[in-house]
Amino acid sequence: MIGSNDGREERTQVSSPEPAAITVEDCSLSFGELSVLEDVSLSVEPGEFVGFVGPNGAGKTTLLRLLSGALEPDAGTVTVDGVDVHAVDSKTSSQLVSVVPQDTTLSFSFPVRDVVEMGRHPHRSRFSGPTPADREIVADALERTRTAELAERPIDEVSGGQRQRVVLARAIAQATPAMLLDEPTASLDINHQLETLELVRELVDEGRTVCAAIHDLDLAARYCDRLVMLADGSVFRNGPPADVLTGGALEDVFDASATVTRNPVTGTETVTALPGRTRDELDAVGDGTAGVHVLGTGSTAASVVARLEATAASLELSVGPVTTGDTAAETARDLDVDCLEVPPLESLSPAELQTFERRVRDADVTVVTEDVVESTGAGIGRLLETVDTQASAVVVVTRPDDGSSRGQGDEEPSTTRDHGQGGGLEASPETVLEAVDAALESGEGVETTTSYARFRAVGDDSASSEDESRTGLQAESSSD
Amino acid sequence: MQRPVRTAAWSAGLLALLVGVVVGSATLGSVRIEAMTVAKAALNVVVVPSSVTVETATVPIVGVGVPIPGLEYASVFSFQVQETHQIIVQDIRLPRIALAATVGFSLAAAGTVMQGFFRNPLADPSIIGVSSGAAAGAVAAIAFPALVPFASLHLSAFVGALLTAFLVYAIATEGGRTPVATLLLAGVAVQAFLGAMISFMLVHSGDDLREAVIWTMGHLANSNWGDIRFALPVIVVGVGILFAYARDLNVLLLGEEDAHHLGVDVERTKLLLLAVASLVTAAGVAVAGVIGFVGLVVPHMMRLVVGPDHRILLPTSALAGASFLVVTDTIARAGRLPLPFGPELDTPVVPVGIITAAVGAPFFLYLLSRREVHSI
Repeated sequence: MIGSNDGREERTQVSSPEPAAITVEDCSLSFGELSVLEDVSLSVEPGEFVGFVGPNGAGKTTLLRLLSGALEPDAGTVTVDGVDVHAVDSKTSSQLVSVVPQDTTLSFSFPVRDVVEMGRHPHRSRFSGPTPADREIVADALERTRTAELAERPIDEVSGGQRQRVVLARAIAQATPAMLLDEPTASLDINHQLETLELVRELVDEGRTVCAAIHDLDLAARYCDRLVMLADGSVFRNGPPADVLTGGALEDVFDASATVTRNPVTGTETVTALPGRTRDELDAVGDGTAGVHVLGTGSTAASVVARLEATAASLELSVGPVTTGDTAAETARDLDVDCLEVPPLESLSPAELQTFERRVRDADVTVVTEDVVESTGAGIGRLLETVDTQASAVVVVTRPDDGSSRGQGDEEPSTTRDHGQGGGLEASPETVLEAVDAALESGEGVETTTSYARFRAVGDDSASSEDESRTGLQAESSSD
Repeated sequence: MQRPVRTAAWSAGLLALLVGVVVGSATLGSVRIEAMTVAKAALNVVVVPSSVTVETATVPIVGVGVPIPGLEYASVFSFQVQETHQIIVQDIRLPRIALAATVGFSLAAAGTVMQGFFRNPLADPSIIGVSSGAAAGAVAAIAFPALVPFASLHLSAFVGALLTAFLVYAIATEGGRTPVATLLLAGVAVQAFLGAMISFMLVHSGDDLREAVIWTMGHLANSNWGDIRFALPVIVVGVGILFAYARDLNVLLLGEEDAHHLGVDVERTKLLLLAVASLVTAAGVAVAGVIGFVGLVVPHMMRLVVGPDHRILLPTSALAGASFLVVTDTIARAGRLPLPFGPELDTPVVPVGIITAAVGAPFFLYLLSRREVHSI
């Protein structure tokens, strides 16, 4: 994460005051009977960029409105720079806090420049015109949000994304030590999302305290110094993104399965949500203590590991052997999954083979990816043999096809016709969990009789099986 | 062009138009008077304070003499004008024209503020029941003078208007907040109720029916300088205050929460704008009756021309409203109008409210058909 003090020395702006600390003390708020915030306490350091995350209805926007002084708490206090924002008049509070609301009603044709100039309202007296300093600040705000070329256009004739930037420019022109943003990226294209958050980050680094409700967890993790995760009107977690965004927290708060991995490009947390199965439902899988070993490499194995870990964390999951640096190995490390890593370009040592054998024997189900089955590598035969002889039940995972396998998450895994009773199941990465579940039920204690030659045959026959899945898809779509 | 310069230029132009319209209007009537004569007669009316006199009044009980300053006025010009013309212009036409200008100024200014305040293109100066209240007060004073504690019709209408505005505001306010939508609906309901009261009084007004009905249509007949002295100070001061709040009104257009974040004390500002706009409307309506459409149409017209910024919209609307009402009242009173190419047109003499609506409504429909009235 970028240090919050970077660049503050280099860039001193007319419009940059000293950042202010924000404290929320025991705030509660209810709308009639409905309690929206309960006993929220929070402190934001000067110059910090704090992201409010949480599901819809968790109270992110309400908390921001409380901080801005728009809503008054039933109990508790909010101070910005030591000033109780609910005890002072709006002129004073608007010199401390600026707000970029999610949607502003701008259905009238003020020129963009005039809208930005309204940011100077709290700093001007009733009878004075704009000073040269005001004009300079407005021009600077237009420039920084890249809305200068729109300055003379009526606000109701610019696009939604541009409008969002105009409102941000207005908040910049307000030149407050604290700034609040409600979903600043909600209506923006991906490039403008990044541009906006880069700019906000820059504003923070120049010396502003910023709190933002951010829907997109990846972006929140990438740009915020700290995340506050809200759930049901309370602070659920509060800390650096890596501590707040964990699979467990996301499942508890969002009621959805998700994996958190480290994005190799940005180096920050990336959240991948998976279709809505909750841990409760999946506790049924193997009484929660089943062991699963994954044999495979590359993205297919990584996907299988991530899905199994996210949706059924109670499984005793292990993976390997995988070469160090392989996607599967990286994923396993991120998710803290037991991984048998081997150095690249070397054959397996006897010790490693033994470990593998033990894992497969201990596991209730062994998941093998199609790549492995199809591979002709010298060592692979040994491994498959081990699986053949030692595994209680086997699930073979096919490669995710180009597009055709998408959206098939709800399909039942098909028992491969050739494998008879042996518990050999074929599944796509999306359906691996159901396949594991089925294998646990049917395959317990049953010796597998899978012959991998047949899998290979299936692999060679991929064209026809693809046709089958297509037909299935068509049937599905035509029944819609 | 810089906004202050634009504002000044537009205001100067509209002021010039107003002067032209006033002079033009004063030439028309049962007796045609030359524009030059009108101008001279009008200038003869102009007075300036010439000296300060101090009278000593004795405060009762205490018995101490207190000096009270007073002003003496002197005419500035003394052009030679035929005496009948001077009387027609000075005592008959100018008071009526000046009152029309004053009332048009007040209604257009208040309408501009109300439309911005309510963020609703249908808002007009009497949206919270000011006109209904004034009408109720006036009709009561005409039909049942014994029941009304005020000697003056104007005062009765004025007080009725302000009481109604206050009542609507009080009904719509809960816990220190006055939601605009509630205000609007409370205004509609109170107007409906007052409408029923007015109808009831009209039914039982007997011989006073005609006078009462004409008052409710809005009229400027029988105006005198006293009416102007009643209305003008309130209107000038009121519109001045509204103009001082033009920037707050702009910010309020963003919505109340945004306005709060931009340093506008929302509830206080709303109360002030509503109170002053109602006061300005009440002063106009009290002397001229219920004149519709000026406060609705003129702000829309000016918004098309100068844009939504109240710092320029408010003064220009007010000045345009003044001209608009002078013109429509001329049509209403002249009886005979010169047409550009051709014979003169005989027109019926009617209350001005009929003309403003008859001219204003088609014009408004024309604007609507061109889809130009869609935003505030």
